Amino acid sequence: MSAIIETKELRFAYPAEEGGEPVFALRGVDLTIEKGGFVVVLGHNGSGKSTLAKTFNGVLLPAGGKVYVEGMDTLDENLLLAIRQRVGMVFQNPDNQIVANVVEEDVAFAPENLGVPTEEIRRRVDDALKAVGMSEFVTHAPHLLSGGQKQRIAIAGVIAMEPACIVLDEATAMLDPIGRQEVLGTIHRLNREKGITVILITHHMNEAEEADRVVVMDDGKVAMDGTPKEVFTRIDELRSMGLTTPDTVDLLDRLRRDGVEVPLDALTVEECADAIAAALG
Amino acid sequence: MEPILQIKNLTHTYGIGTPFQRSAVEDMSFDVYEGEFLGIIGHTGSGKSTLIQHLNGLLKPTAGQVLLAGKDIWAEPKKIRDVRFRVGLVFQYPEYQLFEETVYKDIAFGPANQGKTGDELDRCVREAARLVGIRDDQLDKSPFELSGGQKRRVALAGVMAMEPDVLILDEPTAGLDPAGRENLMANIRDYHRNKHKTILLVSHSMDEIARNVDRILVLKGAHILMSGTPAEVFTRAEELLSAGLDVPQVTRVAMALKQRGMDIDPAVYTVEALEKQLLALRKGGAVC
Repeated sequence: MSAIIETKELRFAYPAEEGGEPVFALRGVDLTIEKGGFVVVLGHNGSGKSTLAKTFNGVLLPAGGKVYVEGMDTLDENLLLAIRQRVGMVFQNPDNQIVANVVEEDVAFAPENLGVPTEEIRRRVDDALKAVGMSEFVTHAPHLLSGGQKQRIAIAGVIAMEPACIVLDEATAMLDPIGRQEVLGTIHRLNREKGITVILITHHMNEAEEADRVVVMDDGKVAMDGTPKEVFTRIDELRSMGLTTPDTVDLLDRLRRDGVEVPLDALTVEECADAIAAALG
Repeated sequence: MEPILQIKNLTHTYGIGTPFQRSAVEDMSFDVYEGEFLGIIGHTGSGKSTLIQHLNGLLKPTAGQVLLAGKDIWAEPKKIRDVRFRVGLVFQYPEYQLFEETVYKDIAFGPANQGKTGDELDRCVREAARLVGIRDDQLDKSPFELSGGQKRRVALAGVMAMEPDVLILDEPTAGLDPAGRENLMANIRDYHRNKHKTILLVSHSMDEIARNVDRILVLKGAHILMSGTPAEVFTRAEELLSAGLDVPQVTRVAMALKQRGMDIDPAVYTVEALEKQLLALRKGGAVC
């Protein structure tokens, strides 16, 4: 598999307040994201995870080191437009990223700006809305939709650009459980069916259960990198970084300390129940 | 215990006479007791936000009444401001509502409008700041220099400083990381313990509600679906799931174990409680 995004020795600092020191948000990040992957980036507030996400399509530019998108350097101004067509971003607040008064116009915004021919825009908008399950809302007013629906429109707007990768920066943080499920279901399907690379920045541990890979950021660096099973069983390290473990791992850990023979890495509810039933049932 | 708030047959209908006419709250009745920590949960569209905006008179009922200490809050519409001093409402993402030059002035805005001055005002501001974990040396800073989590604490302190009889918090921990959520909830629990004031906590997170409140109201489709202690509500976990609510993962594990034929009470919401049940089962099993 080839890399879609590669960071090398990536550093970033927010400018100093008057009289203060600059705030280092990224302190040397080396990360390679493979095409077609589903990668979750976790970390507490201030760990650098959102800053990292914003460097992936040149919203923020490296202060040191490099970010390459399909080999294109984000520091090369001439490549920025091409880079942003390859990597689309969805942000936290659904109300801040909708620009039009009608759903289909909003989704058409990016391809229109890219100079895509009209018939092609029509096809892309319809396809994108279908992909996020919002076809019936094509002529609705976005402001009357629920949060989860608005985020799906925002995702459709990105898909209409036909990117290779979508970065979601805490895009579920403001949604209720149903809205969160809608968005997660949508991006998992896009990853599976269209092969779009997904990078999901979140602090909801349970959104990471089904990822291929989990990257944990702490103090501007990659602190852990592995499969969900590998990462979530490192309980003490996670807690020391201000993160929680899934209830399943917590329960299995306690039972093991009580002398019950169960594995620690039965992450999902079903796996966990199977493991406990096998040991105690 | 005396009810501090009584909600009687409350209905609120939006867009009356238009094709969009819809009741967000329909014939809802319940009491809130003095000193109670009450949780309100329900998914988007269940009527939570509309309901709480009636409790301090931001919205007027289409039908029904809200009584504060036995008196209809709309009996004298000109005095609705007093109701708003006695029932403090902290909206979602309150950090966007900060506006003053310093943290101190921002917290002092509400109590100063209540007419508090001098030493009393100073005491209210400092006490509220302390309760939410804002240090003295932060009081002279601009609120815009603080981190997101600290800004939210300042906004919360601004309402706490009015010393309302009832404090309503709409999703106070939304968007915070796990450590930030737990910290803020600890501050809120401290406030409840120290002040013995009534708190209404609105949340999407069943987990957060269950761990903190005395009683839970579950709303669904403009009505009250359930009301009871966390333990009572969780005995109906399947109904909660079908109402679109997120029960804690540990509750789902308990339900899955019961499905597998194990003798488990699925009405648990803490890992510790399920661990205890499983260990008891092991001991019982050893006897057989």
